[in-house]
Amino acid sequence: MTIQKKPAANKNLDSIRKTIANHKRHDFIFASLGTLVIASLTITLLILFLDLVIDGYPRFNLDFFSNFPSRRAARAGILSAWIGSSLVLLVTFFVAVPLGITSGVYLEEYAKKNWFSDLIEINVSNLAGVPSIIYGLLALGLFVYSFGLGQSILTAGLTLALLMLPIVIVSTREAIRSIPVHIREAAYAVGATKWQVCRNHVIPYSYGGILTGVIIGMARAIGETAPVITIGALTFIAFLPPSPIGLEPPFLNFEWLESGFTVLPIQMFNWISRPQHAFHINAAATGAVIIMLTLLMNGFAIKLRYNIRKKIKW
Amino acid sequence: MNSETDLIISPRLAKNFRRNLMERIIEFGLLCSGLVAIFITLAIVYVLVSEAIPFFQHVSIKDFLTDTVWTPNYSIKHYGILPLISGTLTTTGIALIVAVPLGTITAIYLSEFASHKVREIIKPILELLVGVPTVVFGYFALMLVTPMLQKIYPDLTTFNMLGPGIVMGIMIVPYIASVAEDSMRAVPMSMREGAYAMGATRFQTAIRVITPAAISGIVAAYILAISRAVGETMIVAIAAGQQPNFTFNPVESAATITSYIVSVALGDLEHDGIGYQSIFAAGLTLLIMTLLINILGHAVRKKYAERY
Repeated sequence: MTIQKKPAANKNLDSIRKTIANHKRHDFIFASLGTLVIASLTITLLILFLDLVIDGYPRFNLDFFSNFPSRRAARAGILSAWIGSSLVLLVTFFVAVPLGITSGVYLEEYAKKNWFSDLIEINVSNLAGVPSIIYGLLALGLFVYSFGLGQSILTAGLTLALLMLPIVIVSTREAIRSIPVHIREAAYAVGATKWQVCRNHVIPYSYGGILTGVIIGMARAIGETAPVITIGALTFIAFLPPSPIGLEPPFLNFEWLESGFTVLPIQMFNWISRPQHAFHINAAATGAVIIMLTLLMNGFAIKLRYNIRKKIKW
Repeated sequence: MNSETDLIISPRLAKNFRRNLMERIIEFGLLCSGLVAIFITLAIVYVLVSEAIPFFQHVSIKDFLTDTVWTPNYSIKHYGILPLISGTLTTTGIALIVAVPLGTITAIYLSEFASHKVREIIKPILELLVGVPTVVFGYFALMLVTPMLQKIYPDLTTFNMLGPGIVMGIMIVPYIASVAEDSMRAVPMSMREGAYAMGATRFQTAIRVITPAAISGIVAAYILAISRAVGETMIVAIAAGQQPNFTFNPVESAATITSYIVSVALGDLEHDGIGYQSIFAAGLTLLIMTLLINILGHAVRKKYAERY
């Protein structure tokens, strides 16, 4: 009996072994597939970056940063674009950051749980999903024509601030939520008011998380093209806005807010759209500048967040 | 009377009063900035609708939705949104064909296969990919991907929907990967352990246990990807040709809703002209499309929401 049974058992065992081997092979195949996909994504990012740098390499010199755009590709530069981008981002920063932080603090610390705070919350998450060009249309109808701000640096800064706002609000809320309740209780216990708790404890402790969101938002604002084109920003600007810093008191002037402008991504788009190859080199060089800025900023933000996560010990 | 009360109020009480008043003022200020989000939403709807109304007085809604020609710049003007919608849907479709498999595989791999160390390296790279500006992706589509495709398929024109569609797909892979991965990692460990205890392999666990359990999050990731692709502007504006064309053929050039808005905005905008109003009508269509996609996503998620 046992002798007769053995081959059958062996056969059974073989088939089981075969199945297991098969399943293990599936495992292996999928793991290799996953590695392949991720490797190709990484390589794509690398190619993208290298392609821009190699194409734009001939234009990487000081003249490129200190020349105005020109009809002759070899003499064209991005002076008006990078100054425009900086000034627009300055406006964006000073509008979006205070508004985003206060809004996040309100939602997290002050708002009572009711339909009204739910409504604000739904609005914030929906705004993050609205296509950026819609913000451009909003700015065109509201800022440019209804408020009469024109196609100015102020309009562009406000538009990008609207885009950045949901990012700042969400990161502020996440940062605040990670602060344990006992910190607040300790402050209340020694007689602090709600605002004192927020100002002296909650906001300072969530500083890193908020900063991460602000940097990611700013990096996005640098590269954002569609809404700025939609408000009617000019593509050929051969002048600089008035300087924000004057030599005489009061040292600051705000005329630059009303000035026309161009920004880096629009300058790049303008050069891509031209048929001559020489301008495409300029576009690549501009693209390399933009991508370096965004990669640096995003990389810094990611590192910052990583450090915060590692450091936290309440 | 006044001076008498002044005498009665102790300095401490006065200080308390000031303090409470300050608190109220600050709370009101914070409330105001919380309201900004609602204000922006209302403003978007108001601006789009109020600028689109004069357009629809000029062009009937029926023509707008059924006419297959969009020629606002020609002498015989047609305002049929269908060519723009077909362009939007085609590029979105190509992007999804690229992004859904790649994104899902990446998500499953990162969540179920990769070691902690690998994940710590890959996730930041994906986040960096999210941060790449779309105008750079547009350059990539026009200067690198389309010429490569032309080597395989020589008849391809310089401006086509295939190249930008593929690049758009690469652009949205990280969105799908990170949202889907988050939902897979949220599946409780006990479910994984149960599957492993029954002798399942990693692949079997991932496909038969984790994916069904996380399906609502995975669908949410797809929905996010679709709305990103539909609203994407610069890649198609640069590489798809900006010429309205009622076709679903990916090798032809076409305009999407977003690239039409850009092409009008690049020209001289005549305030209160029909061209100016038409971009708001197009924008309203886009907003309604993204809204519908989000509602659909919400419904699907509710249906498949897994409780554990």
